Amino acid sequence: MIQERVCVIGIGHTDFNCMSPDMEWKDIMYEACQKAYMDAGVNPRKDVDGFITCAEDYWEGFSIFDEFVPDQVGAVLKPCCTVCGDGIYGLGNAYMQIQTGLMDVVSIEAHSKASDLITYGDVVLHAFDPIYERPVSGPVERPNYGGLPAYSEESPKPLVGSTDETERVHPYFLAGLEMQNYLKETNTTEEQCAMVAVKNKHNAFLNPYADYEANITIDHVMKSEYCFNPLKRLDISPNVDGAVCFVLANEKIAKDLGIEPIYLKGFGWSSETPWLSTRGMNADYATKSAKMAYKMAGIVDPRREIEVAEIDDRFTYKEMQHLEAIGLARKGEAKQLIEEGALNIKGALPINPSGGSIGVGNSLEATGLQKSLEIVTQLRGHAGKRQVPDVEVGLAQAWRGIPSGSGAVAIFTRG
Amino acid sequence: MKKDVAVIGAGMTLFRRRLKETGKELSYLAAKMAMEEAGIQKDDIDMVVMGTAPDAFDGIHMKGENLLDGAAGAGKPYVRVFNGGGTGVFAPIAGWWHVASGVADVCLVIAEEKMGSCYPHPQTAFRHIWDPILDRPLKPNLVWLFAMEMNRYMTVHNIKKEDIARVSVKNKRNAVGHPCAQLADPHITVDDVLNSEIMAWPVQRLDISPPSDGASALLFCSEDVVRQYTDDPVWIDGVGWSIDSTMWTNRDLYFPRYVSKAAKMAYKMAGIHNPRKEIDFAEPYDPFDYKELHHMEGLLLCDKGEAPILTREGVTQRDGDLPICPSGGLLGVGNPIAATMGQKACELYWQLSGKAGKRQIPDDPMVGVGQAWGDIMQMATVIAMRRG
Repeated sequence: MIQERVCVIGIGHTDFNCMSPDMEWKDIMYEACQKAYMDAGVNPRKDVDGFITCAEDYWEGFSIFDEFVPDQVGAVLKPCCTVCGDGIYGLGNAYMQIQTGLMDVVSIEAHSKASDLITYGDVVLHAFDPIYERPVSGPVERPNYGGLPAYSEESPKPLVGSTDETERVHPYFLAGLEMQNYLKETNTTEEQCAMVAVKNKHNAFLNPYADYEANITIDHVMKSEYCFNPLKRLDISPNVDGAVCFVLANEKIAKDLGIEPIYLKGFGWSSETPWLSTRGMNADYATKSAKMAYKMAGIVDPRREIEVAEIDDRFTYKEMQHLEAIGLARKGEAKQLIEEGALNIKGALPINPSGGSIGVGNSLEATGLQKSLEIVTQLRGHAGKRQVPDVEVGLAQAWRGIPSGSGAVAIFTRG
Repeated sequence: MKKDVAVIGAGMTLFRRRLKETGKELSYLAAKMAMEEAGIQKDDIDMVVMGTAPDAFDGIHMKGENLLDGAAGAGKPYVRVFNGGGTGVFAPIAGWWHVASGVADVCLVIAEEKMGSCYPHPQTAFRHIWDPILDRPLKPNLVWLFAMEMNRYMTVHNIKKEDIARVSVKNKRNAVGHPCAQLADPHITVDDVLNSEIMAWPVQRLDISPPSDGASALLFCSEDVVRQYTDDPVWIDGVGWSIDSTMWTNRDLYFPRYVSKAAKMAYKMAGIHNPRKEIDFAEPYDPFDYKELHHMEGLLLCDKGEAPILTREGVTQRDGDLPICPSGGLLGVGNPIAATMGQKACELYWQLSGKAGKRQIPDDPMVGVGQAWGDIMQMATVIAMRRG
């Protein structure tokens, strides 16, 4: 069967900022989409056949966020839908829509307005099973502020429904547990994980839209406070606001528009069981999704064929764990690669040249699109000071974050 | 390149307030029925699509992740799609493109909803569907909103309330004999509807479908492997979807343009040039009785304002010329938002394959169209199926 080839014909994004009080979510979506349509040279009202937004209701603070999408992405009275997943799930669904022949041009948008989330930890906690898992997170005794008793006899604090995060263990404890397991299984040290933060925050200096660039050393990371032992503050990607839009099309449209396309060669996603107690801690979702993507893209030996990759680094150890899970390193080899500098922009296998989530920020469901954005920029040769020379094949991988066991992979090629 | 997509199995649970079962368990029950009908094991399924509406009903963030093991999604490529009430037909549309694109050979589509755990009433989850600045201060609710739309529709076409009430009567009677039905009633009359409690004029209690818990499932496979499973498949012929502006205040609500857009897209793909002649029966979304009429017009099955006349003349009865909602629809079977895939898509499969039992339309229908409607009166999803 001869597959039609699916190309990226336009990319657009906003600046990524730790907060953006001057813009509402509609504004950042509009900006990213408008830039992507201009990049592709298409008019959304005439030329784009379908629209996909990747969003989750709880991140947005709406019951049905899909309602609030069409106007600012140019989809009024057009086929438009929400995919509840990372941006790469959106790319995959657009790929399939184009392969059916039903659509020629599809736009995919994902965004984060994390700064609107006053109770981020509680929202994440709501993704835990309400009966069996949520109670694990608390309540715990409140810290004693100003000598006042944590619980007063007269007005007992409600155990459920409070917005005071200090009453519960933040659900990132799960990442702490997983990191302990990873360190033990692979004989990796906390210092080696810290090197990931140093690398990514340095890379972010070269990326004009990144918000968490910093000139730090391993020592800074090691001396930042323990949040979820062994996770320290600088091991954790801070949240960020931003939006990314992609325009995909079949090859014929790309040629008609005179664009030198980047090809979306393959994608994959996979989910593990949501039960934390029966799930492994080896990022099996990444292994399976990569396998699916490699098969679709015809990649036999990922270590030789993938030249640049953006790997999910919501936590430092996750970059190393994912690297091994998707077959770019052998199990336990990531520590050696980071020590050798192989993962630097100038190294043998540059990982997260954009700065990743550690350097750019954790953009929630937009994470996969931010990573794909970097890969497409690298393949186009437009990455400026962080350009990896002569890259032909790149990979973007994202995970849906705590507490999910789901993730996706996309593979892009030039020519 | 495009593959033809066949439906090889369907499942649907009883629609009720089901406090003893979790959403996962409901999904499991529906999936099991579809898989047993097709004789398929979990390992044969390549990809899974989940359709489920607002997370706020269950109070679970990333609800799709929570449901995935009940939906045979563990260890598989699994994705959730969502567009409010339109999800019931959108989930099978997404399942269609998984197979039609050649990426999956066999795709399981599950639609699940559990509204019963929302206390005190699922209506409270709808408090957060409004624009926080322009709408929410008015403290709107959905009955209030649809009363406006119904009023506008009745005013423009000079429609009598009893002509609309006939839809409720027809659907609740059609639901008799549906094994999943929540509000089937063989004895209901137009007077019962007209005398029921007024919620927000002109909407009365029996004009509205009930909230419910339930799940439904469909199994799709590509033309390449269909002969392994059945000799007599039902084919997906056309899909379409369309969304209108968020600003519902700026639209004339008397006619759903987005439904006609979605219908035209599906008809074009299915090669349907004259929907009135070529479509044998339809399942338009009927959460309110006037919506069935509104959507018949949007689906181009009749002229604007003509749907109540066809209903009065009995054309839309199960044995009429154009049976509408032979399943009993949402008014008769129940309205667990996304799980209404059971009436709007599974029913097409059952009718076209002659498996609808007591609900079977006479004279072997060949082409059926299902439709769902969602978001704030702005989203339409349409699917057309044809007997092989």
